[in-house]
Amino acid sequence: MIELAHFQVIGAALFAIGIYGVLARRSAVLILMSIELMLNAVNVNLIAYAAFGDFAEEQRALGQVLIIFVITVAAAELALAIAIILRLYRNRSSVNVDDMNLMKW
Amino acid sequence: MITPTLVLFYATGALTLGGALVVVMSRNIVHAAFGLLASMVGVAGLFLLAFAEFLALAQLLIYGGAVVIVILFALMLTRLEDFERLSDNPQWPIAALVAIAVFGVIAAAILATAAPATEREGVSFAALGRSLFTDWAVAFEVASLVLLVALIGAVVMVRGAGGRD
Repeated sequence: MIELAHFQVIGAALFAIGIYGVLARRSAVLILMSIELMLNAVNVNLIAYAAFGDFAEEQRALGQVLIIFVITVAAAELALAIAIILRLYRNRSSVNVDDMNLMKW
Repeated sequence: MITPTLVLFYATGALTLGGALVVVMSRNIVHAAFGLLASMVGVAGLFLLAFAEFLALAQLLIYGGAVVIVILFALMLTRLEDFERLSDNPQWPIAALVAIAVFGVIAAAILATAAPATEREGVSFAALGRSLFTDWAVAFEVASLVLLVALIGAVVMVRGAGGRD
C-alpha cells in the first residue's frame, strides 16, 4: 500500500537531484532543466498531500488547483528563460554560465 | 506486503529519479533532454497513482510535449560543438554534498513526522472544475495574464531592441 511518505521521499530525492544539477552544471539550458525538476518535486509533494492527507474534498481540489498554477508559472518561466538564453547566446556566443560575468565586480 | 500498485509506484518512481539522474549526470546534452522527458512522464505516472487523472494528462501534454520540445529547440539554436565536451563544474563535489545534505534533512523530517495512513481518494473532475472556476477564478485569470505577458516578453526579448533582426 502506498503511503504519504513514499511520495514525499520521491519528491525530496527529485528536489535534491535538481539542486545538484543547478549547482554542478555549466550549461544554462541544463540549469533550466534542473529547475524544472525541482518544480516537479514540489508538484509531487502537493499531489501527495492532496491524495493522502486527511482533508475535505474542496481542500483536495485546492491542492490540484495549486499544481495547475505551479505548472502555468513554470511554463511562463521557461519561455522567458529560453528567450534570455537565446539573447545571451547571440550576444556572448556561449551558454556557459561561467562566461557570464557581466555583473560581477 | 507487495501489491500491484506498489510495484507500479516503484516503477514510476525509478523512471522519475532515473530520468532526473540522466539530466544531471549525462555528458551528452541531448541525452539530458530525453532524460527530462522520462522524468516528466514518470511524474505523470505518480499523478495517476495519486488519483489525479487531469493533472497526469496536463503533465504529459505540457511537460512531455511542450517543455521538452522547447528545450530541444533551445539546444538546437545554441552552439552544437558544446555537446560532446559538456563538463561539470569543478565545484561538483560541493554540489553533491549540498544535494545529499538537503535530501538527508528532508528525509529525516519526513520519517520523524510520518503521518498515519488515511483513506486515499481522488478529486472528481467536476469538483476540480468547480473549484478552479468559482473559488479561484480570479487567480485563474491572473495566471492567463501571466502567460500572455511572458509570451510577449519572450518575443520582444528574442527579437531584440531596434528590430535589427
